[in-house]
Amino acid sequence: MTRELWKGNEAIAESALRAGLEAYFGYPITPQTELLEYLARKMPEMKRVFIQAESEVAAINMVYGAAAGGARVMSSSSSPGVSLMQEGLSYIAASEVPVVLVDIMRGGPGLGNIAPTQADYFQLTKGGGHGDYHPIVLAPATVQEAADLTYEAFDLAEKYRCIVIVAADGNIGQMMEPAELPAPRQIDKRDRGWELTGAVGRERRIITSLYMQPEDLEQVNVRLQGKQKQIEQNEVRYQEYLLDDAEYAVIAFGTAARVALTAVKWARAKGIRVGLFRPISLFPFPYARVAELSKKVRALLVVEMNAGQMLEDVRLAARDALPISFFGKMGGTVPFPDDVLPEIEKMVG
Amino acid sequence: MQHEIIISGFGGQGALFAGQLLAYAGLAEGRHVTWIPSYGPEMRGGTANCTVIISDEEIGSPLVRRPTAAIVLNPPSFDRYEPLMQKGGVLLSNASLIAATSKRSDIRALPIKANEIAAELGAAQMANVVLVGSLVAITDVVRLETLDAVLEEHVSARHRDKLELNKQALRRGAAIAQ
Repeated sequence: MTRELWKGNEAIAESALRAGLEAYFGYPITPQTELLEYLARKMPEMKRVFIQAESEVAAINMVYGAAAGGARVMSSSSSPGVSLMQEGLSYIAASEVPVVLVDIMRGGPGLGNIAPTQADYFQLTKGGGHGDYHPIVLAPATVQEAADLTYEAFDLAEKYRCIVIVAADGNIGQMMEPAELPAPRQIDKRDRGWELTGAVGRERRIITSLYMQPEDLEQVNVRLQGKQKQIEQNEVRYQEYLLDDAEYAVIAFGTAARVALTAVKWARAKGIRVGLFRPISLFPFPYARVAELSKKVRALLVVEMNAGQMLEDVRLAARDALPISFFGKMGGTVPFPDDVLPEIEKMVG
Repeated sequence: MQHEIIISGFGGQGALFAGQLLAYAGLAEGRHVTWIPSYGPEMRGGTANCTVIISDEEIGSPLVRRPTAAIVLNPPSFDRYEPLMQKGGVLLSNASLIAATSKRSDIRALPIKANEIAAELGAAQMANVVLVGSLVAITDVVRLETLDAVLEEHVSARHRDKLELNKQALRRGAAIAQ
């Protein structure tokens, strides 16, 4: 395989195809549209299912149906579109069918704008729809990582029969970077014991999110929570930069982490012993590692392209062990390294 | 060495394509590259820009406020980026459309009549490529030969007849900047 220049949205689309995506349902929205366009071009040629639905609400319910039928399925959208999908996502979570969703985040609240933000953190990591559930949420910082995490998302979704969301800001969708995409693979179409394939010659199966008896629904919730514990144990992902001898740490994800890394290197050049901690899984959040880190360094700076959402998880992890400061850019304005460097200097005091 | 380049102009002047040329050439030379377009609600006649980073090391921030080099194709782009240039930076402006010149003594500002040069070659819309040639001559960000190869690979079938003209445009741009 060779490194090629890929646009983030197209790398995600191609990576999903190579992971064995069989059916896609979506509705165009900037800054995600190239993803859907790429699949619209490729999937009919490959004799796979592509449908541009009449709305995001319809798309997510088509995803639900195809997933219940055992297909490897995904949708993609951007913030307002993902809001529209929340009812369907809650049904999917309750029904325990594997689904991959890509959110190329844009400015909000409301119709907002099409510029890059990370302001869907709460909605994505804390459930989004009604009821007790969390999707797995993976946040890439490069086009390469967006491709790799998308590929892996299908396996995770099937392993836990849950929703996996690839959460990237508009920058990552629009940016071109060299990437080496994962190899195409055949998917294993063995019957997994739950999918609806026609009950000829076997017991019928039911996929539902409706349990009228509270005791029955309690059992479903207990099972979902158990699965969530497993996910919290097995699927925490993060990357650390220059933290070995660090006295201070910056915590950021996605594009904000890359901006912060440049500022961290500038600060290092000025003699400040600072490093960067980058959560890759936003759910499960790396609470334990942040807790360790907060005992090791003197102060933390959280940088996000929102008003301070991951900040709350950092505070949960760090308790009151150390001072935590925050720098955020909102509304689709982006941070630059020369915005973050003074914040690092302020943290050091 | 990290080159942080902004290319900006009216939609249709080829700012994004010029940036992609540089990014593909950087990749072909085994460097680290990023290319980010402005993707705002642009309209015909509006300004489009892209940021290209070409580096020997892994790239942190793909976002750049103060470029080391800029190609500005229209007056609004000049007004926006001239004050933001890093000290020692290279500002190439399309003097065919931009009357203003830089008063800064800490940057290298070069006005080039790129539309006229491109028109002499036979296609005025190659002004962007002329200025890429100039940029390469001054900054050595990538090699001209690499850009030739990139053009051969990426000029679409519809514009195949313009391939040699584009290569000439690169060289005219390079020659005038030297």
